[in-house]
Amino acid sequence: MDLELMASSFPKLLNATLVTLKLLSLSLIFGLILGLFFAILRLNKNIILNRFSYFYSYIFRGTPLLVQIFIIYFGLGQIEFLRSSFLWIILKEPYWCAIIAFSLNTGAYTSEILRSAFETINKGFIEAGDSLGISKKIIFYKIQIPIAIRQSLPAYGNEIILMLKGTSLASTVTLMDLTGVAKYIISTTFKPIEVFIVAGGIYLFMTFIIHNFIRYLEKKYSY
Amino acid sequence: MELLAFGNTGWGDELFLATLMTIAVSITAMIIGFCFALIFTPLKLSKNKFLNFIGNSYTTIIRGVPELLVIYLLFFGGSGAVMYVASIFGYNKYIEINAFITGSFAIGIISGAYSTEVFRGAIQSIDKGQFEASKVLGLKKPVHFFKVIMPQMLRLAVPNLSNVWQITLKDTSLISVTGLVEIMRQSYIAAGSTRDPLFFYSFAAVLYLLLTFLSMKLINKLEIKYRRGY
Repeated sequence: MDLELMASSFPKLLNATLVTLKLLSLSLIFGLILGLFFAILRLNKNIILNRFSYFYSYIFRGTPLLVQIFIIYFGLGQIEFLRSSFLWIILKEPYWCAIIAFSLNTGAYTSEILRSAFETINKGFIEAGDSLGISKKIIFYKIQIPIAIRQSLPAYGNEIILMLKGTSLASTVTLMDLTGVAKYIISTTFKPIEVFIVAGGIYLFMTFIIHNFIRYLEKKYSY
Repeated sequence: MELLAFGNTGWGDELFLATLMTIAVSITAMIIGFCFALIFTPLKLSKNKFLNFIGNSYTTIIRGVPELLVIYLLFFGGSGAVMYVASIFGYNKYIEINAFITGSFAIGIISGAYSTEVFRGAIQSIDKGQFEASKVLGLKKPVHFFKVIMPQMLRLAVPNLSNVWQITLKDTSLISVTGLVEIMRQSYIAAGSTRDPLFFYSFAAVLYLLLTFLSMKLINKLEIKYRRGY
């Protein structure tokens, strides 16, 4: 066991953790917006919108995240009009490509989580709102959304942890996140176990924090 | 379409073989995962604090650390570990482990952690009366496990195991980083030599969708079989 290497690689890995956290937080924010949007589409009675949302989540949940990143990072550059458009400023950066891929991926899972939360809301709440003469819009924003968010907290907590692990794939498109730096140190020192313990420890610590934060929220908003 | 022709002119046969490789790795990893689950589920359910700690550490660590990191650990550390064990037995030559074995083992460890959780959940949701009844009847331990607990556990576990299968199938794409030629690696090679990454990666996505879709159909049939009353 090479303790010196563990000590010297710790600050480097901690620095890389910032990249991981940035990737995670941005993709979760975009993913939540996408997820809410597609969950609402999914509840729509219009068959085209409904199917569209279904296929979106089916495709992104049925294929590996690695394929999605590669299509966006390596594949989209092939399309001529994308290269000449203003979008190219974003799409040529591996950083943004990774965020787009992660957001679309977590958006698909989030939409499923929120959809099932909306569907399991007790009808009595909505009927109670109706009978009190509250408008459909306010029922949606003030009754359905808060209940759905509370219902989906445990599943969404899992999704955050899955996404934290998913950000490790950013290292395959040249980004130096926690896993990327860990791999670099392993391949230069050939001490996989030491680096794994330090990097894995950082990941576990983050998982632990997320897990407990969601638990706290669950308790706070339990009814 | 010419790109997908079989034979020397296209990538059809290579991609077909790569798909078979993905299936082979997934099945091997799933089986290795079951072996891990068979070891760690009893540990997790054990009343002994130390054994319990080992069982919990396995599932917590593997489920909390990215799959890619586990794969790198085994890829860079696997042959070293095997050589170390071999040197204890007096064998000092260089040993290289085949990418298929490393890959399936890495994915197997990950899939095993999920399977362990599924089995634990299934056993815990079996009615307590069943355990008490077999105790009262004086059934021997193996009979109790294989004839009473196992059939009920499998029935409860099948739906969740289908999720584990889907996760495992998708995780196999990650072992392309070790150089094993499965769907992702083959698409990478094809995309590099034809300069058509969009087509090949999209085709890889279609192949994965096909695999998840077909396995879903198969598992649904299995579920109907296990859902029958008893």
